[in-house]
Amino acid sequence: MGLPLSPQDWFDLFVHFAFLSLMGIGGAITTAPEMHRYLVTEKNWLTDSSFSSSIALAQSAPGPNVLFIALMGWQVGINAGGGLSAGAPAWWLGLLGVVLTMLGIMLPSSILTYKATKWAHVNRDLTSVQAFKSGMAPIVIGLLVSTGWLLSAAHRDFSQDWKIWLVTAVATGVMLRTSIHMMWLIAAGGILGAAGLL
Amino acid sequence: MSSEAQESRHPQSKTELFMVFTFLALQGFGGVLTVVQRELVERRKWMTKVQFVEEWSVAQVMPGPNVVNLCLMIGGKYFGVAGALAAVGGLICGPLVLVLGLAILFGGVADNAVAQGALKGMGAVAAGLVIATGLKLGTSLPKNPMGLWTAIPFAVISFACVGIFRWPLPWVLLGLGSLACLIAYRALKQLPSRLDAKTRPDQEVS
Repeated sequence: MGLPLSPQDWFDLFVHFAFLSLMGIGGAITTAPEMHRYLVTEKNWLTDSSFSSSIALAQSAPGPNVLFIALMGWQVGINAGGGLSAGAPAWWLGLLGVVLTMLGIMLPSSILTYKATKWAHVNRDLTSVQAFKSGMAPIVIGLLVSTGWLLSAAHRDFSQDWKIWLVTAVATGVMLRTSIHMMWLIAAGGILGAAGLL
Repeated sequence: MSSEAQESRHPQSKTELFMVFTFLALQGFGGVLTVVQRELVERRKWMTKVQFVEEWSVAQVMPGPNVVNLCLMIGGKYFGVAGALAAVGGLICGPLVLVLGLAILFGGVADNAVAQGALKGMGAVAAGLVIATGLKLGTSLPKNPMGLWTAIPFAVISFACVGIFRWPLPWVLLGLGSLACLIAYRALKQLPSRLDAKTRPDQEVS
């Protein structure tokens, strides 16, 4: 299963993610369609199902969502090495895939952000820097609420989804009113869902 | 930064930074941002709400993974490049090992009905936590130099553009963002008295 990748291929993989790193304003996930085009359609390095399961797995596990990219790199390497059952060589290629894709997606944007932050700190007395921070504040707050909204409004059929929305609404209220640890809320949601109540 | 951090606490070492971010990341089901806000602003008091929103604005506008940007900015603020590496390392390393382990064990997301149901329930709660974090940060808006009654419409419109009309984020950030920055610029220019050290937005400590 899968074709071995040449050094040139590995290099291309890194460069492609480095390019996407600078394109992904609003988060790496916004460039997922382009990753799909490149990895699945153009290069055939990943199957459709392993592409979507990378995203699903990373979102269900704790940690930053950007780890879906590590899982894609892992899959590309494992496939190139002949599958998980091929043993150590495939595992090393999987790790190589993780390192190259994660460095690619993080390095360019991180360097840019670090430099921009330093610049903004040195120039923090400029009215324009203060105007940027003050002006963007309400926008990003609105966007944050819309992120949560989109997460729960992915389901749109009221007769079926009112229970999901109720859980979201209760979680919002509890989080606003109490300082209960968030893990308890997440666990409660997981138990309700696992019991088939949602 | 020292003048800013006077009244707030801050990490003592890069090791602490690494450990704190590992701890945060491993709690981050359905996104790490909510945990970062709660732990660093509400519990540890490393920064105020206003400072957090400012950092998040930059992290959001810069390309790349937002939470990675946020953590590297926070780490970099205390210990420069090494601090940025420690924070991002903490954010990534633990969850990466975990997620690779899961991938090896299951080869993908478990597709039985119980696991799917649990994920659905966890997702619904995670959505509520993100909404609540946004609303909490909204309570910092009265301190905005534009004034509360200009800031709130911007928050509501940006919510509607992305949440209801599903417009692409970069355009909303660029269009609505530049308008808001212009208004903020004019407000700051018209109120030179507000620019003295005491009330400068990045030095407010609540």
